Amino acid sequence: MAETRAIGDGTTRREPGQTAAPHIEVRHLTMAYGDFVVMRELNFTVPHGSVFIIMGGSGCGKTTLLRHMVGLREPAAGEVLYDGRSFTRAAPEERDAMLRRFGVLYQGGALWSSMTLAENVGLPLGEFTDLSPAEIREIACLKLALVGLKGFEDFYPNEISGGMHKRAGLARAIALDPEIVFFDEPSAGLDPISSSLLDDLILELRDSLGATIVVVSHELPSIFRIGSDSVLLDAESRSIIARGDPRELLAHSQDPRVIRFLTRRGSAAKPEGEHG
Amino acid sequence: MAAAEANITKELLSFSRIDADTLVVRLAGAWRLRRGMPSIDAVAREFAAPTPPHKVVFEASGLSHWDSSLVSFVVRLNELCRERRVAADLAGLPAGLQRIVTLAETVPETKARGAAGDGGLLERLGLWLVGALEGAGEFLDFLGEIAVAAGKLMRGRARYRRSDLLDVIQQCGASALGIVTLISFLVGMILAFMGAVQLQQFGAAIYVADLVGIGMVREMGAMMTGIIMAGRTGAAFAAELGTMKVTEELDAFATMGISSIEFLVLPRVIALVLMMPMLCLYADFVGVLGGAAVGYTMLGLSIPTYLRETFHAVTLTQLVGGLSKSVVYGILIAYAGCLRGFQCGNSSSAVGDAATDAVVTGIVAIVVSCGIFAVIFNVLGI
Repeated sequence: MAETRAIGDGTTRREPGQTAAPHIEVRHLTMAYGDFVVMRELNFTVPHGSVFIIMGGSGCGKTTLLRHMVGLREPAAGEVLYDGRSFTRAAPEERDAMLRRFGVLYQGGALWSSMTLAENVGLPLGEFTDLSPAEIREIACLKLALVGLKGFEDFYPNEISGGMHKRAGLARAIALDPEIVFFDEPSAGLDPISSSLLDDLILELRDSLGATIVVVSHELPSIFRIGSDSVLLDAESRSIIARGDPRELLAHSQDPRVIRFLTRRGSAAKPEGEHG
Repeated sequence: MAAAEANITKELLSFSRIDADTLVVRLAGAWRLRRGMPSIDAVAREFAAPTPPHKVVFEASGLSHWDSSLVSFVVRLNELCRERRVAADLAGLPAGLQRIVTLAETVPETKARGAAGDGGLLERLGLWLVGALEGAGEFLDFLGEIAVAAGKLMRGRARYRRSDLLDVIQQCGASALGIVTLISFLVGMILAFMGAVQLQQFGAAIYVADLVGIGMVREMGAMMTGIIMAGRTGAAFAAELGTMKVTEELDAFATMGISSIEFLVLPRVIALVLMMPMLCLYADFVGVLGGAAVGYTMLGLSIPTYLRETFHAVTLTQLVGGLSKSVVYGILIAYAGCLRGFQCGNSSSAVGDAATDAVVTGIVAIVVSCGIFAVIFNVLGI
């Protein structure tokens, strides 16, 4: 990958002159649909190079939070900052430039159905680089090979399985070698083996690309396997009720809501699975 | 019917008293949904007795079968007990039924977002007006975004795929020829028939050719083509873009910094702007042929005579006027279809609603602009 700024030892990937500001900061964020407040006064930071999990029960606002972070929804109050610069208040051109720095894998993959997998991955390359069509095809095929879809470049989305959709969506999300990759419920609809393979890919992204990963999930096996930091959202209090490494939360938290979520049994039994 | 219900109730439900304070609710037989559900009124009557009970217990030894009908009855009875401050003891019920009732009553009701209340006429009118103003704002926003994209197109900086444009051109153009042929031919025939009946009486049958020619070229060619394309292509645009919204494909464009207006809407607008005048011209010609068919069969006019009279009657100004209308109708159809697609909700039924709205909006827009054109042409003396 000629254009990848790979640092194989998994250290954080920062440009010279980049400040020590957190990679992502959510400041006093309030999210609402009309008069209905989903979450209020959210404050947290995402460190460079972490695998950050946004977790919580169904319907608590995890995906809504992700949509606010990537600019698909405007907050009712507060802002989102990247490397200390406000994304929420940025001018359109500056916002577009910031968008290039991250990739998003949507829950259903969100592949463009009128294009082949190679065309899906190649579109951002064609839009934002000066590569020739042949070079674009080469990079697109490389990205698809990285996610285990070698040979499927000319297939259309309706010709592949759900798990392959996700992997193709991931190939597209990393087409421009983003610094941050967002995953919206990556394990949804996947069998345990495919889910585990996707977890492997996520860790590989962090280690080889040095990317910061943000994952919206409520799948405990994945959370404990890959997460290095997290926030737990609570629908009833409409706020964050826990913050930190998921395994440390499980071991040390005294909040029954946190324990109930992380064990699904109400007791502090430790799960199996290694931490990335 | 009322007697039958009363019999069912007596079979399933009866009451007695252990003492003045305690009401025994005896449940028996097979409680099945398809048999209907005894009303809670029988219990309410017991509570309204001269010596109302302060406690309710259950006796279910005669119960042979139960389903959701009994669960619903017990839950309603519990609510009535809470209202009347009567203690209810579920211990006499089957264990499984007790667990389900407890589960149904334990989960706190999530406060739903404000459901539409039964406001008065003034409130509903106000809400409608607010909604209409917001809708007008969205209309103008979308129009503005298309105008900006069109500006970029003029400067050669719009981003879209040529293959997508060619696909849409084929969908709007070549694929529509069949239905345009059928409808235009029939409209020409109808116009000719309507005119023929009257004109024949005055020995002026030949002027049917003028009627059909001017009618098609000036108004009907563009309008009928517009209505066909609104129903066919406008709905297709809305359904396609609506589905892309539901599957988050539009969001994927947004987070990649690619303008979905330039990438998706612009090719559709360009395709209709290019294809509508051609389809309109074709519709005019086929409509004239339809009129010629009536002229030949009903009025004995030869085809060359009919066509010569048509070309004599129709002016270039009228033709250009009709084609101009078709361009405007094309823009309106693409606008309506794309707007409704982008406004689509998040379910599969929403996609159908978006397609319907696109057709209605497109047709209304065509008819309104037809009226505006009539005024303008009148002022210009065309």
